[in-house]
Amino acid sequence: MAYHFDFSWIPDYSGVILKGLAITVELTVVGGLVGLTLGTFCAWGRALGPNWLKPIVGAYVELIRNTPFMIQLFFIFFGLPSIGVHMNELLAANIAMVINLGAYSAEIIRAGIQATPRGQFEAGASLAMSPIQTFRHVILFPSLQRIWPALSSQVIIVMLGSAVVSQIAAEDLTFASNFIQSRTFRAFEAYLLTTVVYLALAVLLRAAMRGIGVIIFPRRRRA
Amino acid sequence: MSDFSTWDILRNLLLAARWTVVLSLVSFIGGGLLGTLLLFMRIGKVSAARAFARYYVELFQGTPLLMQLFLAFFGLGLFGVDVPAWLAAGLALVCWSAAFLMEIWRGCVDAVAKGQWEASASLGMGYLQQMRHIILPQAIRIAVPPTVGFSVQVVKGTALTSIIGFVELSKAGTIVTNATFQPFTVYGFVALIYFALCWPLSKSAQVLERKLNVAHRNH
Repeated sequence: MAYHFDFSWIPDYSGVILKGLAITVELTVVGGLVGLTLGTFCAWGRALGPNWLKPIVGAYVELIRNTPFMIQLFFIFFGLPSIGVHMNELLAANIAMVINLGAYSAEIIRAGIQATPRGQFEAGASLAMSPIQTFRHVILFPSLQRIWPALSSQVIIVMLGSAVVSQIAAEDLTFASNFIQSRTFRAFEAYLLTTVVYLALAVLLRAAMRGIGVIIFPRRRRA
Repeated sequence: MSDFSTWDILRNLLLAARWTVVLSLVSFIGGGLLGTLLLFMRIGKVSAARAFARYYVELFQGTPLLMQLFLAFFGLGLFGVDVPAWLAAGLALVCWSAAFLMEIWRGCVDAVAKGQWEASASLGMGYLQQMRHIILPQAIRIAVPPTVGFSVQVVKGTALTSIIGFVELSKAGTIVTNATFQPFTVYGFVALIYFALCWPLSKSAQVLERKLNVAHRNH
């Protein structure tokens, strides 16, 4: 293979890469926090909520889980302006990430809630807690703890999926590598570098999620 | 500028959806074959093969599918061959699906109770006999629902191949949008077609899980 790898462009473009990295991290953090919050509400709605809410949440979850993230993103960014909803690419990317993770995490968290023994609900009720209080103080955290590994994987999948937002010109890490390859014609090297950065991000994110798990589930007894 | 009726839009999208289906099938079947090979490396006795399979999964699950597509597209190009988009798309999706399927199936093999290995060993069975008669029949039963569930991810994964220029449903959506200036309608339809492809798979995965779980419930 008469190909000479050339990474000499890295110093010139390190700013571009770092900026892209910052956007990817921002998307992941905001998408993760807001998405998991949305997912928790939806999981509550689908498992324990009022009857009118269940089919609405169900439709949302099924619709998002059965369509590609990229199409959701395109629909939000290209489709919605034609009915008068305009937004910039970064906001569209954030909203798409939140909606996507919200649906997936709702399904995961619901599984955790439904694995709660009935006695927990009854114990909450017998202490005169309202259903909401029981959910908040008795059910939620052990449920989250039960499915935390699956939830961590889903956050990582969504982080990796965020590479697609470069397609609506949100200036994330992938956008940076597209930019670099168009300037230097070093396509393979540019994507190789970015891939390594994503891999490192995935490893760090897994460690971070494990750390968060240790902090927010302080030695609770497993149900 | 010519006018496009809603039917024109839908018809063109449905024609392109054929390629989404073909690519999904190729990726799923190819990924299944490669995944099986990796699975036997992963649960086998050769430590180098085990390590290879482990890092393979780590690599393909830890990087974006989009990057894998780009690397396949530009990486094959380094060999001086003119890479058609379908080849890069197929190759990347096969390697990607293989990693996920292997990991799913490994979990299924692990889920077979340890006593089954010991019992079959105590009957004097060799490794291959244990696999063939005891472990795999049980593991496959557990593996069916999550495998069907993963096929949904494959169908959705094919959407990314539009970015390297493979014309399937998503790319057709972009092309039709550029011709009709009706992104709301077009991407709405694209989403619905994906939903029509994926939802039956999701549902059947759920139903299968409920049915096949019966034997496994009292663990």
